[in-house]
Amino acid sequence: MNDSEAGIHHCAALNYTFVICVLTVMPASAAVSENKAAPLNYFLHSYGPASTPTMVLGWVFTSLLVSIFIIIALILAGAVFRKRHSEDPRAIGRENEGMPWIYIGTGVSTCILLALCIYALITLNTIARPTHVPALTLTVTGYDWWWKVEYETEDPTRYFITANEIHIPVGVPILVKLKSADVIHAFWVPMLAGKTQMIPGVTNQQWIEADTEGVYLGQCTQYCGVQHAHMSLEVIAQNADDFQKWQDTQRRPAAITSAIDVNAGQMLFLDRCSGCHAIRGTEAVGAHAPDLPHLNSRHLIAAGLLTNTPDHLMQWITHVQSLKPGARMPSMELSATELSALSAFLSTLN
Amino acid sequence: MTDAVDSSSNPSLCRVPEVGYAPIGSAAERRLAELWESAPGWRGWLSTVDHKTIGLRYLVTAFIFLLMGGVEALIMRLQLARPEQTLLTPEQYSQLFTMHGVTMIFLYSLPVLSGFSNYLWPLMLGSRDMAFPRLNALSYWIFLFAGIFLYVSFPLGEAPNAGWFNYVPFAGLEYNTGPNIDVYALGMVLLGISTTVGAINFIVTLFRLRAPGMSIDKVPILVWGTLTASFANVFAIPAVSLAFFLLWLDRQTGTHFFDVVNGGKPLLWQHLFWMFGHPWVYAVVLPAMSIVSDALPTFCRRPLVGYSAVALSTMTTILLGFGVWMHHMFATGLPMFALSFFGATSTVISIPSAVAVFAWLATIWLGRPVFNTPFLFFAGFVLLFVIGGFSGVMTAAVPLDFQLNETYFIVAHLHYVLIGINVFPVIGGIYYWFPKFFGRMMNEALGKWSFWVMFIGFNLGFFPMHLAGLLGMPRRIYTYAPHMGWATVNMVTSVGSFIFAVGILIFLVNVFISLKRGALATENPWDAPTLEWATPSPPPAYNFAVIPFVASRHPLWEDRLNDGPSRSSLDQGYLLMEGRETIGTTPFKATPNIILKMPEDSYAPFFLGLFSALIFAGLLLHWRDFTLLMALACSLSLIGWMWPSQSLVQRLPVSKHDTGAAHG
Repeated sequence: MNDSEAGIHHCAALNYTFVICVLTVMPASAAVSENKAAPLNYFLHSYGPASTPTMVLGWVFTSLLVSIFIIIALILAGAVFRKRHSEDPRAIGRENEGMPWIYIGTGVSTCILLALCIYALITLNTIARPTHVPALTLTVTGYDWWWKVEYETEDPTRYFITANEIHIPVGVPILVKLKSADVIHAFWVPMLAGKTQMIPGVTNQQWIEADTEGVYLGQCTQYCGVQHAHMSLEVIAQNADDFQKWQDTQRRPAAITSAIDVNAGQMLFLDRCSGCHAIRGTEAVGAHAPDLPHLNSRHLIAAGLLTNTPDHLMQWITHVQSLKPGARMPSMELSATELSALSAFLSTLN
Repeated sequence: MTDAVDSSSNPSLCRVPEVGYAPIGSAAERRLAELWESAPGWRGWLSTVDHKTIGLRYLVTAFIFLLMGGVEALIMRLQLARPEQTLLTPEQYSQLFTMHGVTMIFLYSLPVLSGFSNYLWPLMLGSRDMAFPRLNALSYWIFLFAGIFLYVSFPLGEAPNAGWFNYVPFAGLEYNTGPNIDVYALGMVLLGISTTVGAINFIVTLFRLRAPGMSIDKVPILVWGTLTASFANVFAIPAVSLAFFLLWLDRQTGTHFFDVVNGGKPLLWQHLFWMFGHPWVYAVVLPAMSIVSDALPTFCRRPLVGYSAVALSTMTTILLGFGVWMHHMFATGLPMFALSFFGATSTVISIPSAVAVFAWLATIWLGRPVFNTPFLFFAGFVLLFVIGGFSGVMTAAVPLDFQLNETYFIVAHLHYVLIGINVFPVIGGIYYWFPKFFGRMMNEALGKWSFWVMFIGFNLGFFPMHLAGLLGMPRRIYTYAPHMGWATVNMVTSVGSFIFAVGILIFLVNVFISLKRGALATENPWDAPTLEWATPSPPPAYNFAVIPFVASRHPLWEDRLNDGPSRSSLDQGYLLMEGRETIGTTPFKATPNIILKMPEDSYAPFFLGLFSALIFAGLLLHWRDFTLLMALACSLSLIGWMWPSQSLVQRLPVSKHDTGAAHG
């Protein structure tokens, strides 16, 4: 992701606000150095029209409120430490004075609050819907603890399913329909848009759009059970050509070669895995777990827990419950030969 | 029967109470002590209905829950201090954060304030007890048993585990098969009984048990704060009790209120929970803010600036507080109109808070601050209040909340609100009223240490949580990867939270040392203005030897305030010693209009509380016969409670004390 470039672009516009924010919001200066590294840092980075107005709003609110806080802290310090005439220590101040403090203080606060409220509502209106008709509609369904992604088209032969990794074309609005298969989850790709809950029995929707190519991390934000912490996804924004190529690959059924160990691995898969996992082009049609025909095209596995390398994959299959305790998949007990056969089979799922 | 006829023929007083003096040591005073003191030993301990004892029990019990919730938090902070720690399993972490929330929100923050109000209200209002002393005892016992109930499954590893707001369907039977959620559901319904009867007691006490002359514009702000909180509770608790009851029905009897497959609605839970939840948030901060409004002026040597404005802002907050609940649900896919409306009300609710902030600032500015420990806590509180309020304004901006919602920013916000606006005033309040509670002063040096350690630890621990939230860290994750960029802020938070805990520890040490060796306190060691400081420290069982007549908001400062010729009468007042008695007054003007016969001590509240808790235990364990038996025992306790008593009958005077009473 060309992180720094876009970041600088946005910062330049509101540099002064930014400086105030950093100076005041970051007493732990070490945190600043980590900003670049933090892949969910929506406060400083935004890459789409559904989130950028919110980011600017965040800067305006933060800088204004921090400034007012400093003023109030100074007033308080003044009130505590200001010099006073020495008086009779038993004297008591008069009751009916000081009302202008309340009139002025509340009056000014009310004006500021109303202005902020109007600004927030205008921003809400801006990000509520995209400026033009969405080019693509996706349905993302939350499961314990992964994401099913369906690419809808009018032509049912062009429909396909994938998991945990969403590819979108850059520069066009995408409509995301949100469902849940079990409990409440929340879909959140903070650098592209705010979050929306995925509620069983309800279809919510939101839109996302990426201005620049890149990988944007998403994370479930509604507590959904023991592995809520390990429920992330990636949105990969690509140019139209790359996206088209990716779509074409995904639409194809799995192309499985017929080497001996691959066959053995496939048998094993059908026997042990196909109750939950599906691979188009084979008899595996399970619908409880991620769809795997193009497993190797994915960057991460286990809803973001591990990078997708053959080693990690085998480690994952045999040690699910120690890597992601409570996950719906059991740790598979496989002999060395079974393991290599399965590995050979899975390696063909490009 | 003749008594009843007599009193109905004269609706005001059926006898005119004698006005007189009862200095310490006089025969009248000794008679009052004899009437009001509880029996010594365990009998008195179980049967007492003295609001002061009940208030202290509330304070101590709530504080123990605070410490338990605090330990849970510290364990979680160890787990989160560094990325990919394995100190806790995910399930243990879930139970810890759920119990931490349940404990702090339900078992600490409101009960501790009920403790203050229970102890202080009758003393501030010039009464001898609360309106319903036995109900008061019942409220405490049920709170205690509900707290124990909520904790029984913890050692077995089956504690509530769906977060304190317990969203369905995760909390439903399909995804949560153990007893965890049943414990939570039944415990909350039980606790709701305690809160409701407590709230009713406060409301009636305010309107009927004020000293003669204490018209409604003369009551201390703490009374306003607890009154509004109590109104909020009376209206809000039914929503949450209903929600938990429906959930329990879903889980145990197969109803479908929240069951999606059969047309149930998960969003119904969120609405019911937050319709309760948000007013509750104000119920647990308004009395604490009122503690500051009452106690801060003492240390500024002047009355609070803008008494009426602050009292009105308290009530406005609660009224608006019933219209903001959906701001917890901005991310649930609400229509634009609802988003805009609730975003706007959530912003507007800051305005009454601004009134309070400027009232406190003006009070300090125009006063002459005395830098005692309580003052430090109250001044520090003002800063924390502003931070918590401002992060609240940020979350009220709907688009920003789409990002902030369910991240650590919210965790930071709610801790600034609950610790900043509840714990700091509470600890300040304990430093302030400790001499009244126990007759000894707390140690100043340790007090200042405890403030600074707490204040620094708190900000070091909780401010970085805002940053963690802005860096995208979601709530309720049991661990995180090193490349997420959250390691430093979490380490700082963990260090800060331990420093904060040390501050609390210093405070506790101070309490224990001062209980034994603190300097003896006079009646009014801080030279404070309100009525509770006119009683000895600690106050006798009967509170006031004579019911005082009150002429102003600051009865003990009247001579120095010069705001009129009228003076309160504290030494001379109604004697009222034909059994346990206090005066009842009209709701607004506080004109005396009835002598209230107060009940004797009774075991009934303890047993009613115990047996109701056992009913819930029976329901939890599906012991039908046991449950029925306990229901029977509850009925018997109620009969014992209501058993007609001679001493509660208003009799025509036979005693020579009440000369001139035989009119009407």
